[in-house]
Amino acid sequence: MLEVSNLACSRGDHRLFSGLSFALHPGQIMQVQGANGSGKTSLLRMLCGFMMPDEGAISWGGRNTRDLEEDYYAEVLYLGHLNAIKDELSALENLLISAGLSGVELDEKEALAALRRMGLRGRERLPTKVLSQGQRRRVALARLLVSDARLWILDEPLTALDVKAVALIQELMAEHLARQGMVIFTTHQPLQVTGVEMRSLSLS
Amino acid sequence: MMVATGMKKTTLLGLLALVIRRDLVLAMRRRADVLTTLIFFVMVVSLFPLGVGPEMDMLRKMAAGVLWVAALLSSMLSLGRLFSADYLDGTLEQMMLAPQSLSMLVLGKMTAHWMVSGLPLVLMAPVLGLQFDMPVQALGVLIIGLLLGTPVLSMVGAIGAALTLGLRGGGVLLSLLVLPLCIPVLIFGTGAVEAVSTGLSAVSHLSLLGALLVLALVFTPWVTAQALRISME
Repeated sequence: MLEVSNLACSRGDHRLFSGLSFALHPGQIMQVQGANGSGKTSLLRMLCGFMMPDEGAISWGGRNTRDLEEDYYAEVLYLGHLNAIKDELSALENLLISAGLSGVELDEKEALAALRRMGLRGRERLPTKVLSQGQRRRVALARLLVSDARLWILDEPLTALDVKAVALIQELMAEHLARQGMVIFTTHQPLQVTGVEMRSLSLS
Repeated sequence: MMVATGMKKTTLLGLLALVIRRDLVLAMRRRADVLTTLIFFVMVVSLFPLGVGPEMDMLRKMAAGVLWVAALLSSMLSLGRLFSADYLDGTLEQMMLAPQSLSMLVLGKMTAHWMVSGLPLVLMAPVLGLQFDMPVQALGVLIIGLLLGTPVLSMVGAIGAALTLGLRGGGVLLSLLVLPLCIPVLIFGTGAVEAVSTGLSAVSHLSLLGALLVLALVFTPWVTAQALRISME
């Protein structure tokens, strides 16, 4: 379970938010809402441990994530604005490497199956620099299929995706929640996951 | 659903191998970057005999110093790219979230960096040494020294690369930070060749270089990892 208590964040002299507290339990999904610049990305980056909170604490299963370090990272899958994809490598190579970095050793068959489910059939072995923005995003999102992390932290996962891909992401989220996963995400597009209550957190 | 059961976990060594292999594949696909370092090294070293003139005695005396300084400078060239590409495309964020220690990943990147930018210099050095009419024995010591010393340059350089990540004009700052730290390597490296040319044993210099290498292996990955975490904020 993810617990955030009394979190505060500022960029420069500007206070983005303070006194932020919430808890996310297994099987729950939460959308972080707010205008541009309200600190959505900063919050998600704090949850990943990239940024130190000015005040407050983030805990996982009752223990501070600062102390858990790698044990916590193993439970987290983060997808940010950047795709973490190398232009020179093929979609397949990219997926195998990013899965390896997150601690999962894939074989080629599993990786190909994941890419195909993401709608990249026939593009698996092309260098990603020839793929479109949406297709590159799909390569990055294929990590959702091959990860066993319990907490998904997704920053604008729907950018550049078409209607079909958005539907697929909703399906993947529903599957993840059904197996007691947790999702916290931001988006400016409408997103519905069937069968679960969408919690929302507003930053202003 | 295709996941959740029986997923194989990467081991620490598996992760190290993965990072090294990845960086080597990337280097092979951007070969120009690798060649620049090597060509720079060859050029700098070859300019000296032209500039100083063909006096064999003088060339022989300065050979070790020239080769070492050129190696130092050319290893600076590629340092800026060590983490910047991964930083810009978001891979570094993923590395920080790796369930294994970031230090190990960093060690992998350092190793790959050395294999791509340090090892070619070591292999090229005997040919260039001949230009300076270095005796075979001195050449041998030079190579051993470079083999021990160039990894230290990559590792110490990585700290600077991590600290200057994302800064504008980071390249110059990087050299200013790292070059002074590399002076001991330069002193012992050239000292070893000097010793053997005057008929003394080079063992003491080389063992000091070896000690520097061990020290760097133990401390620099951790320090670099901390520096990367600071730069990411």
